[in-house]
Amino acid sequence: MIKFINTLLTVAGGVSVALALFWLLNLFSERLPGPWEGRLKPFLYLLPAVAVIGVFLIYPALRTIQYSFADATSSKYVGFKNYTALLKQHDFQITLVNTLLWIAIAPALVVALGLGVAVLADRLGARGEKTAKSIIFLPMAISGVAAAAIWRFMYEVRPEGETQIGLQNAVWTALGGKPVAWLQVDTVKLNTFLLMIILIWGQVGFSMVLLSAAIKSVPEDTLEAARIDGASERQTFFRVVVPQIWGTVVTVFITVVITVMKIFDIVYVMTGGNFNTNVIAVRFINELITNGNAGRAAAIVVMLMIAVVPIMIYQVRHFRAEEAMR
Amino acid sequence: MTSTVTPVAVPEKAARRAFLRRGPVSPIRRAGWFVRGALLIICFLWLVPSLGLLVTSFRKPEAALTSGWWTVITDPFRDWTFSNYSQIWQQGAGNAFLNSLAVSLPATIIPILFAAFAAYAFTFMEFPGRDILFVVIVGLLVVPLQVALVPLLKIYSSVGLQGQFASVWLAHTGFGMPLAIFILRGYMATLPRGVIESAKIDGASHFQTFWRLIVPMSVPALASFAIFQFLWTWNDLLVALIFLGPGEKQVLSVMVAGLVGAQQQGWQLLTAGAFVSMVVPLLVFISLQRYFIRGLTAGSVKG
Repeated sequence: MIKFINTLLTVAGGVSVALALFWLLNLFSERLPGPWEGRLKPFLYLLPAVAVIGVFLIYPALRTIQYSFADATSSKYVGFKNYTALLKQHDFQITLVNTLLWIAIAPALVVALGLGVAVLADRLGARGEKTAKSIIFLPMAISGVAAAAIWRFMYEVRPEGETQIGLQNAVWTALGGKPVAWLQVDTVKLNTFLLMIILIWGQVGFSMVLLSAAIKSVPEDTLEAARIDGASERQTFFRVVVPQIWGTVVTVFITVVITVMKIFDIVYVMTGGNFNTNVIAVRFINELITNGNAGRAAAIVVMLMIAVVPIMIYQVRHFRAEEAMR
Repeated sequence: MTSTVTPVAVPEKAARRAFLRRGPVSPIRRAGWFVRGALLIICFLWLVPSLGLLVTSFRKPEAALTSGWWTVITDPFRDWTFSNYSQIWQQGAGNAFLNSLAVSLPATIIPILFAAFAAYAFTFMEFPGRDILFVVIVGLLVVPLQVALVPLLKIYSSVGLQGQFASVWLAHTGFGMPLAIFILRGYMATLPRGVIESAKIDGASHFQTFWRLIVPMSVPALASFAIFQFLWTWNDLLVALIFLGPGEKQVLSVMVAGLVGAQQQGWQLLTAGAFVSMVVPLLVFISLQRYFIRGLTAGSVKG
């Protein structure tokens, strides 16, 4: 009970400090002489937001770059040693390959499945569509950690001869196989694919919702025109619908790519990066917390940042083009 | 393009109904068995994993270890228990639950407040450098939050914030800010300018216009970002793990991640703990799904 009241007080305290801040800023701006009020007010309104972005995003990002050229405790510069040491490690090379595999496979599958479900569900009645979509959308609310708990149970293995309590092994042994410790099988990267299934399970709902909304906003008359011209159902979809929703397809794809690049909780909880399933974000935590090597941790993040730059440029261009159309 | 085919703009619903009556050329062909079957299978596959967790969290530990959870379908009246939940409660799930609230609520409200003011300035105020500043924010949308963690850890340790709730609030406020400003400004730009102009003529200050007009009118966008941010901060493992860690102030996600190690003794703690951590996001999600979807689509469908 005391704990509960403490929580309430903590929450109320944090929020009221933030509110008081704006009240003070406004009070200050209204005391300013004449034209200065109008000139400075926008900046005062922006100040808290820009300040937190500066202090918690931009400044740390710059420091991270600096740390990546320094040693484990950030006390002495070592040049490119963190980068070369990492890139030479066999372990880290596997980590990079895994991350690239994730990027190459998971987003495309998420988009394809989301599109498929959106198209199929569109053909059901209103009620059926809503139910089907809600079920597929539901994992969006489930955290990576809880999803990992759910799927660890799916992939659970018991020694041969005992009853299998994990669904996958139960089906597998019923079909005549021997129980398999799925998460430890790295032949053809099977375990990495099994981890991707968890992400796909979680993200298809997101892609479905966006793509479904885009499909529904395709003007009916363009469909009708295609049909009158004798286009088949498939032709109509690929030649009329897909081009019109392409923008959304790209948006969803990029969003999932970014999610996948920094995928952390699923891998961390499922395998801890063992059995050749490691990815960059988990390796980053290993270096930072387990090995206490701030230099290498920073170098990993800088590599991640470099990988994000092209997406950033695309995003800004896209935004500019859209603003110009308004 | 092909829009010249239909000279008169037919309201969408009427058009759909007309198509349905006409039969074969309808754009929405009634679902055949293939479509229904495929969707049924997909929905089944999507539900089963969560169902397994839920069922197991209510089964006796011995039963859960010796028979598959699906056996309850044929033998439904045995081995149910609430003891898994009381056990997880004794291990500090209640405490972690409150910690999760203490993290997520301020980490949702503070960024909304900051972002709403900033979005207001971006939309309704003129100042030099406005467009460039906004483009920078758009660019920051895709920056992975990992870039900030190493230096923040050092800064927090040196000022004594490490391990305090405020450290996580501030970090989430910074990380969520670009998206918050982006969503809110996108929405505010669609509000009728006339209303704001007339408020100004009536002598309302910006502060009054903001609280009395813009905030009430922006409720849908505020709500959809709030749901995003709340789900994100509640479900987050990375930030909470680094700044709060396991221990007295651990949140639910950190606790559940820790329980994975305890799973050799049985599944009861992990399944019950995971479900406790899922209850709040699921409730928020199911009851406010409409706003959530609106936020998602408003953000990206235009693209």
